[in-house]
Amino acid sequence: MGDVNTFIQQVPLEYFIILSTVLFCLGVLGVLLRKNAIVILGCVELMLNSVNLLLAAFSAYKGDGNGQLLVFFIMVVAAAEVAVGLAIIAMMYRNTRSVDVSIFNKLRG
Amino acid sequence: MDQFLFFLVAFLAIASAVYFVFARNPLYAILSLIVTMFSIAGMYILLNAQFLGIVQIIVYAGAIMVLFLYILMMLNLNKEDESKKANLPKFIGIFSVCILFVGMLGAYKGLTGKTTAAESIDNSVGLTKNLGRLLFNEYVLPFELASILILAGIVGAVLIGKKDL
Repeated sequence: MGDVNTFIQQVPLEYFIILSTVLFCLGVLGVLLRKNAIVILGCVELMLNSVNLLLAAFSAYKGDGNGQLLVFFIMVVAAAEVAVGLAIIAMMYRNTRSVDVSIFNKLRG
Repeated sequence: MDQFLFFLVAFLAIASAVYFVFARNPLYAILSLIVTMFSIAGMYILLNAQFLGIVQIIVYAGAIMVLFLYILMMLNLNKEDESKKANLPKFIGIFSVCILFVGMLGAYKGLTGKTTAAESIDNSVGLTKNLGRLLFNEYVLPFELASILILAGIVGAVLIGKKDL
């Protein structure tokens, strides 16, 4: 690899911090506002992705590969989480014919 | 040029994420989330983390989002019947997210906006060869544990999804 990547010399790290913050806040907003369980799971994925992006940016700006491996492991855990979460949503739909989270209140005391 | 690329991809990511959060139709929302995942993969490639970029496309845009779409089609939820939420919880949600956002920005107050990487930074660190060497030297045990976690996830999904246990 002879060519030098000038990107991380040109773009400040702060831009990545701001971008990740905006994406994370959008994810939190979606979890708080939406009622469709599938969309809420997608919002959790959005938050995970913003954190992944921040970790990868820090890792690239530091020149250290450990952060990118942490991102890789986070992706593995996210894949397992989505599989189980979607199975739970499918089962809830089978029992109630709906994925609206506001009617899942059987556990309320 | 680099800054222009960054702003282009960042705008794409934020715009599709906004549409994802506010779209009424869940199918369009998930499709827009795929665009967000692709933009984040573009960010990884801009950062010279090619391995993460490809894994992002394969795992997120390829596998996880297809799983979402599959469930969405299987449950036939492609309609806009989301019940209206009362205004007060909505307002409280937006208000608390604004507070979170401002609080996070306040935490970055000391940043100057000029922290770029040094010239001497090794930017081949995100290539597959280097990451693979690191993964199979220092992170062998977590790697094997991750495979067990995936196996547990598969078994759990099948068990939960079965009709009569």
